[in-house]
Amino acid sequence: MLVFIIRRLNLFFFTMLLLTLLTFSLSFLFPGDPLVNLSGQINATPQQLEQLKLAYKSDQGIMQQYFAYLSHLAEGDLGLSMASQTQITSEIINLLPATIELSLIALMLAMFVGIPLGFVAAVNHKKAADNVILSVAMLGYSVPVFWLGLVAILVFSIQLGWFPSAGQLSLVYEIEHVTGIQFIDILLSDSVYKWQAFRDASAHIVLPACVVATAPATIFIRLARSSMLAVLETHYIKAARAKGLTFRQIIFRHAVRNSLLQIIRHIGLQFANLVTIAMITEVIFSWPGIGRWLIESIYQRDYTGIQSGLLVLSTFIFIVHIVTDFIYAALNPLAREHNHGTS
Amino acid sequence: MMKSKVSRPLTRIKQFYMLSVLLLLLSGCYGDDKGSLSANSVIYCAEGSPESFNPQTVTSGTTIDAVSYQLYDRLISFQTKDNEIGPSLAKSWHVTRDGKMITFYLRKGVSFHQTDYFTPTRPLNADDVLFSFNRLLDPAHGFHHVSGGKYPFFQSVGFSSLVEDIEKINDYTVRFKLSRADSSFLANLATDFAVILSAEYAQQLAAEDNHQKIDLQPIGTGPYKFKEYRVGSLIRYYRHENYWRDQVAIEQLVYDITPSKTARLTKLLANECDVIAYPVAHEKITEHPNLTLEAVTSFNVSYLGFNTQKPPFDNKLVRQAIAYAINKQAIIEAIYFGHAEVAKSLLPGSSWAHDESISGHGFSIDKAKALLAQAGYPDGLTMDIWALPVQRAYNPNALTTAKLIQADLQQIGVTVNIVSNYEWSTFSRLLARGEHQAVLLGWSADHPDPDNFFTPILSCASMNTGNNRAFWCDPAFDGFLYQSLQTTNTRERKKYYAQALRILSEEVPLLPIAHSRRYQARHKNVQGQLLHPFGGIDFSGVSKN
Repeated sequence: MLVFIIRRLNLFFFTMLLLTLLTFSLSFLFPGDPLVNLSGQINATPQQLEQLKLAYKSDQGIMQQYFAYLSHLAEGDLGLSMASQTQITSEIINLLPATIELSLIALMLAMFVGIPLGFVAAVNHKKAADNVILSVAMLGYSVPVFWLGLVAILVFSIQLGWFPSAGQLSLVYEIEHVTGIQFIDILLSDSVYKWQAFRDASAHIVLPACVVATAPATIFIRLARSSMLAVLETHYIKAARAKGLTFRQIIFRHAVRNSLLQIIRHIGLQFANLVTIAMITEVIFSWPGIGRWLIESIYQRDYTGIQSGLLVLSTFIFIVHIVTDFIYAALNPLAREHNHGTS
Repeated sequence: MMKSKVSRPLTRIKQFYMLSVLLLLLSGCYGDDKGSLSANSVIYCAEGSPESFNPQTVTSGTTIDAVSYQLYDRLISFQTKDNEIGPSLAKSWHVTRDGKMITFYLRKGVSFHQTDYFTPTRPLNADDVLFSFNRLLDPAHGFHHVSGGKYPFFQSVGFSSLVEDIEKINDYTVRFKLSRADSSFLANLATDFAVILSAEYAQQLAAEDNHQKIDLQPIGTGPYKFKEYRVGSLIRYYRHENYWRDQVAIEQLVYDITPSKTARLTKLLANECDVIAYPVAHEKITEHPNLTLEAVTSFNVSYLGFNTQKPPFDNKLVRQAIAYAINKQAIIEAIYFGHAEVAKSLLPGSSWAHDESISGHGFSIDKAKALLAQAGYPDGLTMDIWALPVQRAYNPNALTTAKLIQADLQQIGVTVNIVSNYEWSTFSRLLARGEHQAVLLGWSADHPDPDNFFTPILSCASMNTGNNRAFWCDPAFDGFLYQSLQTTNTRERKKYYAQALRILSEEVPLLPIAHSRRYQARHKNVQGQLLHPFGGIDFSGVSKN
């Protein structure tokens, strides 16, 4: 296990290095002065410019510049946003939790809907239920997310008026920003309207979470189905059947657990996909997350914002990958050996 | 034994599902019950972020909407009914016979906002008035240069050359000494810009050496007090408990900053905004049972100006002929989609100086043809029309307006060349030099005093600065404007302006086309008048049921 962890951390380290190299080179590839692109200070006075040159070592060699950049990153200094001239780090700290919240809830939703449906399909292999579930999954997978989001707003917000169409919480509630995760902040707040706010926040997250969850849910359906089918083919299931266990006993005691193990591996992989979908969904539902912010930065040619946004999002996704790898390895000793060897 | 083991995971999964379904249902129960916070709050979806929280320092409509009437009061204010000037923080005022000394008697017991950053120790008095005006008049004042030292509205009306001195007679009496009589002075004091700030708060900030805060964390006497502002996202106000006028009915006022037009409409339909600014899809709103669409005619005018120094428009008859030949109603339909009223004179119908007896020029091809022949152009003529190259509230599409006019004038044998290839700054520079023959332009007033329509656009003085795009100077007309400014008697002033309007109707230095309207949509449960024909939106009288 230790070797496994070290290998993963090693991989993490080098990937991060490559990532920072990429974002660092972006400041040279974007139009304009690389120093301005890095620091985001567009209206710097000559004195400030001198200080920046010193801080980013821009009169020295490219390696020194890169290390200066790395040391800024290590200090948590991502520069100023070119569009709003505020610290990007503080903006990201404000926005990233909202994206994490949305992605996690969508992931849960996708798992709790997708995986059981996949099992049901596998158990009813080549029967009507299997076909129906598979077709629904195919449909859900093919629908473009922005279209789904707009239709959801049209139907559930405008026509039926069940759910709000934008934002994280109605603006009438004044909730102090502590963790950034809205639900936790609401529970921590001492507002008398706490429970109203909680209900309002729940209503706000339903539509975006369902929209984000649709595509991963369909993937989980197919994953769960094939993994269950594979498990049902294995010898120990056959042995259990030969021992005379009933079908239900076989499914719930042996098959579900073993097929879940296979799925956990894919959750991490799905997460990158999920965050991409969440970014688009954030734009549609005006969700105050980092995805919307990043897309706005692209519109506004906020180069510092684009660089830092990319860096932070990729790091986040990468960390999730590694964590799921760890969980999988912890649950399945065989995987440790396996991953240690070839993959 | 065996059986129970098997069913355990099942029940667990079942339990889990029931719990999630329950949670989903719970979150689905979304609605407004009485006594909830949203029943006591109004959310206004605004089109942009304010630049400052002090309307003295900016003139943008977005800022005025967000700030002026919510946070502050003025010495005097325009009455909603007839736009005449009435008391506000000053309970009465007195103007000397020569019009040069104006004394204001302040209301007692008016309290400033108490917030988490400032606790007032005294009610409003003369010091606050002195502070508010000296700040913008006196370049040596400690707060003059705080937000860049620019007070655009006051600078544009020449406030500093008009006001010689402001004197504190006693704690509740302030006297303004003017260098000359000017009856638009009172109207200027009643605008959205002439707000009263707290001198005590300024003192506190000066002691902390934190001057900038005065325009960012505002303190006023208005119906709401400042709580929170997140750029590009929201402004939060709470009710001012000790407001000197009627207690405000709602507890909280939130500005949800939503720049996208369609997003504002969606939020209105989805119940997330109570009121929205500048709505689109008017039909959809009027059809909806829970929504109302309101409109108020703005204090603006779009016009076709003739260069009266250049042939053929040095001939009054030609100008009249053109005036009769243009179908204004068609322009209203095509350019404003009906969201404007036909301009009969320079003044909008809601101005107190508007005179019903002046009906302007109707649409009559025959009259136009006759006048043109009389002017010596029986076979028609050729002219240029310069169309303003930018979009303005008073004219959203000048080029198309020019094309419609071109088609209209074709019928009386006038060939129109449309000039629209200049960029705005070149365009206005060439106009000021008088290189045009005719131009499509307009004007938005800063306050409802009619003088704001006449002097800047058509006086001899403005001809010299090039602002008078008609290059028209009529001593008789100027005389009426001057006489009207000399008196504060509204009835007399109205008479003078009626004379001036009659001259315009006869001489046609410019042809008024339209007064556009400002729109707003809201839920029917939000009550109270919010829109004024000039300037900003006012939430002091709003209530929700």
